[in-house]
Amino acid sequence: MALMKQALVGFAAVLLLAPALAVAGAPKPTVKIENPGQCIAPAEEMRRNHMDMLKHQRDRTMRQGIRGEKASLNECISCHASKSSGSVTGKDGFCQECHSYAAVKLDCWDCHQPKAGQKHAGAAGAKP
Amino acid sequence: MNEPQDKSRRGFIGTAAVGTAGLGIAALAPGLHLIQVSQADTPTQGASSTVRWGMLIDTTKCASGCDACVKACNTENGIVETVKDARQGAQWIRKIELKDPKNGREHSLPMMCQHCANPPCVDVCPTGASMKRADGIVLVDRHICIGCRYCMMACPYKARSFVHQPLTEQNPEVPRGLGCVESCTFCVQRVDKGLKPACAEACPEGAMTFGDLNDPNSEIAQRLAREASTQVRADLKLNTGVRYQGI
Ligand code: HEC
Ligand code: HEC
Ligand code: HEC
Repeated sequence: MALMKQALVGFAAVLLLAPALAVAGAPKPTVKIENPGQCIAPAEEMRRNHMDMLKHQRDRTMRQGIRGEKASLNECISCHASKSSGSVTGKDGFCQECHSYAAVKLDCWDCHQPKAGQKHAGAAGAKP
Repeated sequence: MNEPQDKSRRGFIGTAAVGTAGLGIAALAPGLHLIQVSQADTPTQGASSTVRWGMLIDTTKCASGCDACVKACNTENGIVETVKDARQGAQWIRKIELKDPKNGREHSLPMMCQHCANPPCVDVCPTGASMKRADGIVLVDRHICIGCRYCMMACPYKARSFVHQPLTEQNPEVPRGLGCVESCTFCVQRVDKGLKPACAEACPEGAMTFGDLNDPNSEIAQRLAREASTQVRADLKLNTGVRYQGI
């Protein structure tokens, strides 16, 4: 039994290419917080509810034109982008690391730029 | 969808937006911590139904061969043409050259989404993705667009296009991607900040006047009241938000 469990954990670690997973107990996703600041809600709440917050925000911005609210996707990206890649996807990507652990696949990045700070002159302007 | 706006609050937000972040904080209620302010910014009130955004294009000033508006649109909205078949290209804004064969008179003008008050694209959309904001801006909510392209068939101005290839270099403020229909948004991300659309700002002749059709004091409303203007395909009674002069 113990052997099997070890094998399973080893297998998961190889699959996810995340050595940190091999720690004792159930494997955990690697969640790296690289930038200072405070999330828009406590971590427990974020883990559970970030998808609902984003969906709600999406409709408010897209359909009603309300901007500058807390759960903006661009704001998540500017805080959570990795220092090395500048992105929330890819290796060390904040959103992707946890999602591949949880087997969640997002289509958001087909359209939304996962890299932070790519604003160009024309779009900059004053923050609302 | 939107309630009439509370004027005093809108005025406050307007001022806060122009001021620096520091001023904004000073004006906020005591008890708010610095960190919260920097995260939440100051939410805007959103599109108001008292406003109707529109544009007046003076074609007598529009130079043939000039495509400053198209270039500005491409830069602002991150449009880089990758498709091989020109018929599949983005149609956010394009220049059209017209010639009256009877007398040889030529016109040059930009054509784009006319932001109709009665938009046929919205009528035909099976999912509600094609939509008109309270302030008259016609958009595709690409979160619920299934890419069926009925709206492209319905648009008399051929002002919509479909994204045929995966994109990677989007402007963060203008998400766009494979499998959805898109069109001119009046640069909604700029308008919501109090700026005018990129094309209107870039036109070297000042031929594109952007403003609130509902505000009798706005330049656009005053000129529409004084000067002759045309809606393209006025016979369709779509009540377009984009009007032309000189055609
Ligand atoms: C097919 C393209 C497309 C896809 C896929 C897409 N979006 Fe969007 N999204 C947009 C567009 C266009 C806007 C409007 C941007 C604007 O007006 O500023 C937007 C705006 C938003 C906003 C409001 C702006 C902001 O930064 O807060 C949120 C939140 C959002 N999307 C979340 C999501 C999430 C979450 C996903 C994935 C589940 C997703 N979107 C997938 C195109 C897309
Ligand atoms: C101002 C910077 C900032 C913004 C904006 C921000 N976050 Fe966070 N986020 C953080 C920090 C810092 C933590 C770590 C908090 C902790 O551990 O207590 C965190 C934690 C989280 C966690 C929990 C991670 C874990 O420990 O398991 C999730 C999920 C999360 N954020 C998602 C989001 C999403 C989604 C958005 C956008 C809607 C967002 N964050 C916006 C800074 C930010
Ligand atoms: C701590 C782990 C964790 C982190 C970090 C995280 N997510 Fe998630 N996310 C999840 C889990 C788990 C689900 C699936 C929940 C479910 O299916 O009920 C999920 C689901 C979602 C969904 C809904 C997907 C769908 O198909 O319905 C969106 C959108 C989303 N996450 C966006 C983000 C974004 C954007 C970030 C980065 C800013 C992020 N998440 C970071 C764990 C995380």
